[in-house]
Amino acid sequence: MIDTPTAPLDDVGGPAQPLLSVRGLTKHFPLKGQLLGGSAGVVRAVDDVDFTVRKGETLGVVGESGCGKSTTARLLMHLIAADTGEIVFDGCVVGSRQLPWKAFRRQVQMVFQDSYSSLNPRLTIEDSIAFAPQVHGVARREAVERARDLLTRVGLEPRRFAERYPHELSGGQRQRVNIARALALQPRLIILDEAVSALDKSVEAQVLNLLLDLKDAFGLTYVFISHDLHVVRYISDRVMVMYLGQVAELGPVEAIFDAPRHPYTQALLASMPTMDPDRRTEEAPLAGDPPNPINPPPGCRFHTRCPHAEAVCKLKAPRVQAGSSSAHAVACLMHEPGSGHGRAARGDTPAMAQAAE
Amino acid sequence: MNIAVDARKIPAPVFERSPGYWRTVGRRFLRDPVAVGAAAVVLLLVMLALFGPYLTPVDPYQSSMLNRLKPIGTDGYPLGSDELGRDMLSRLMAGARLSLFMGIVPVLCAFVIGTAIGLVAGYAGGRTNTLIMRTIDVFYAFPSVLLAIALSGALGAGIFNSLLSLTIVFIPPIARVAESVTTQVRARDFVEAARASGASAFTIVRVHVLGNVLGPIFVYATSLVAVAMIIASGLSFLGLGVKPPEPEWGLMLNTLRTAIYSQPWIAALPGVMIFVTSIAFNMLSDGLRSAMDIKQ
Repeated sequence: MIDTPTAPLDDVGGPAQPLLSVRGLTKHFPLKGQLLGGSAGVVRAVDDVDFTVRKGETLGVVGESGCGKSTTARLLMHLIAADTGEIVFDGCVVGSRQLPWKAFRRQVQMVFQDSYSSLNPRLTIEDSIAFAPQVHGVARREAVERARDLLTRVGLEPRRFAERYPHELSGGQRQRVNIARALALQPRLIILDEAVSALDKSVEAQVLNLLLDLKDAFGLTYVFISHDLHVVRYISDRVMVMYLGQVAELGPVEAIFDAPRHPYTQALLASMPTMDPDRRTEEAPLAGDPPNPINPPPGCRFHTRCPHAEAVCKLKAPRVQAGSSSAHAVACLMHEPGSGHGRAARGDTPAMAQAAE
Repeated sequence: MNIAVDARKIPAPVFERSPGYWRTVGRRFLRDPVAVGAAAVVLLLVMLALFGPYLTPVDPYQSSMLNRLKPIGTDGYPLGSDELGRDMLSRLMAGARLSLFMGIVPVLCAFVIGTAIGLVAGYAGGRTNTLIMRTIDVFYAFPSVLLAIALSGALGAGIFNSLLSLTIVFIPPIARVAESVTTQVRARDFVEAARASGASAFTIVRVHVLGNVLGPIFVYATSLVAVAMIIASGLSFLGLGVKPPEPEWGLMLNTLRTAIYSQPWIAALPGVMIFVTSIAFNMLSDGLRSAMDIKQ
C-alpha cells in the first residue's frame, strides 16, 4: 500500500536545487538512403537545448509538430541516446556512478500519447502496472497489490478493472492506467508526452484534474509536452517554447502568455483559437511550414518566417540569455543588446559584445 | 486522494473476469466449421500416427508374391495391395507415423530456432538485424525443394539427415516472419514504456514481446507442416529420406509409380493421404489465423 505519498528516494539537493537541469542536449538523426555510407545529411531534431525543471513545478513544452518536443522527452528517458549533452538530476549527473541510468529511471517515468499502443494487449492492466516494480525487485504479490492500489488512486475500481485487458477499456480509462503505471515506481518526475492530446475534451479535463491531484498527493514534478496551448496554460508553472529543435523562449506561464518576447511565441499565441466567436482569428499569423530540420536556416532559425527579420538574423544565431532559472529567457537578437538588430538595445559594453559574439 | 475514497464507497457490481485473449480465440475458432473440420482431420491423423502401427489389420511388412497389386475391395485387401503384395490399408496406417513425424518435427525445430533468430534480429534492430537477416536471405534465395535435396544429398540418405536438412530449409522463412512481427511490436509504446522502467532486453522480450509475436509465427509454422511433408515425401521419393521397406507415404508413392498404368487408384492412395494431410494443416492454420485476428 502506498500510504506514504513521498518518493522513496531522498531529496538530495534541497528545494532550491533544480530537479532536472539539461545542458547542451543534442540529437542529430543521420539520414538513411545512401547505400555506401555516404553522408546524406542529418536531421537536427534537438540542437543544443538547455533548460531546468524546478522541484514541484510543471514545465510545459510547446511547439509545432517536428520541433523536437517528443525527441527531447525520449532523450530525457534515454530511450534514444543523446549525441552530446548533460542531464543533471537533483545534483547528480545522470549516467555517472552516482546516478546510473537504471536508478534514474526509477525516479523519472513517462506517459505516452497513444494510450492503446502503450499497453501490452496480452497483459491484464494490473500486470502491466505491476511489471515495473517487479523489474526493480518487488515481489509479484506486493507489486500486484501496489498496482491495485494505484488503480484506485487514478479512479479505476480494482475489482472491476484490474483483470481486464486494454481493449476492454475506453481511451480515458487506458490513459489512467498509463498514469498508474508511471506512478508504480514512485518516481519524482513524470514526463507527459502529449498525454491528454488524444482524448475527448471532457475526458481530457478529467485526466488533467487527476494529474493535478496526483501531483499534490505524491509530490511530483511534471514535464508536460503538448501542442494545445490552452491546456499548457492551465497546467503549467513555466513554459518552454521550442522551434526547430531549439529553445525559443522559456519563462513563467503568465509572462509567456501575457508578455511573449519572441516573435515565434507571439505568432503561436495569436494562432490560439479564441473562446469568443466575435473575435475569431481570421488570418494565420504565420505562413507556411517550419523549414526542413535537415538543413535548418543559418543564423536565427526563425528568420525565414519572422516578421521582424533583418539581415543580421541570417548571419548570427541568437543565444538563450542564460540567467537565474526564474528569468524569462528568450533567444532572439531583438532582445540581445548590441546584436546589430535594429530593434535591439545598443548596450555596447565590452561584456555584452563578447556575449553576443 | 478523495478519488480513492469515492471509488470505494460506490458498491460496484462484481464483474465477471474478462475471458482473456486465448479463450476468445478458442471461442471464435469453434465457430468456424471449416477450421473445426480441419482440426478434426488433423487430430485423427495424429491419433493414427500415435496408434496406427498397432491397429493395422495385418503386418504392413508381410509381402505375398501371389497377391501383388490386388485392386481395391479385394477380399482381405480392403484398399488393395502394393507391388510386393503388402496390404495397402495396413501400410497407409503404419505410414502415418513416419510421414507426420517428417512433417511436424522439422517445422517444430525450425519454429524454435527461427523464432529465436527473428526475435534477436527484430529486437536488436540496426546493424545486428542487417547482418542476421542478410545471412538468412542467402539461404532463403534457394528454392526450398532444391535446398533440401542439396543438403540431404550432401549429408547422405537417412531419416535423421532429412530431418536436419528440412529444419535448415524452414529456418529462414520462419525467422523472416518472426523478425517482421518483432520489429512491429518493438515499435509499440508499451515496449518503450518497459524500457523506460529499466527492464533488461531479455525481460522485455520475455514479458512483452514473446506473447505478441508467438501467435502469428505459430500460424505461419502450421502452414509449413504441409510443405514439410511434401518435401519429405519428395526426399523419400528420390531415395534420400526413408529407406524401404519402411512404410512412408512419399516412399510408397515412389515404389508404386511403376504400377500407375495397371493399378492407378492404388498408386494414387499415398498421394491422397499426403494431399488430405496438407490441406487439413493449411485449413487449420487459416482458421487459427482468422480466429486470432481480433479487432481490438
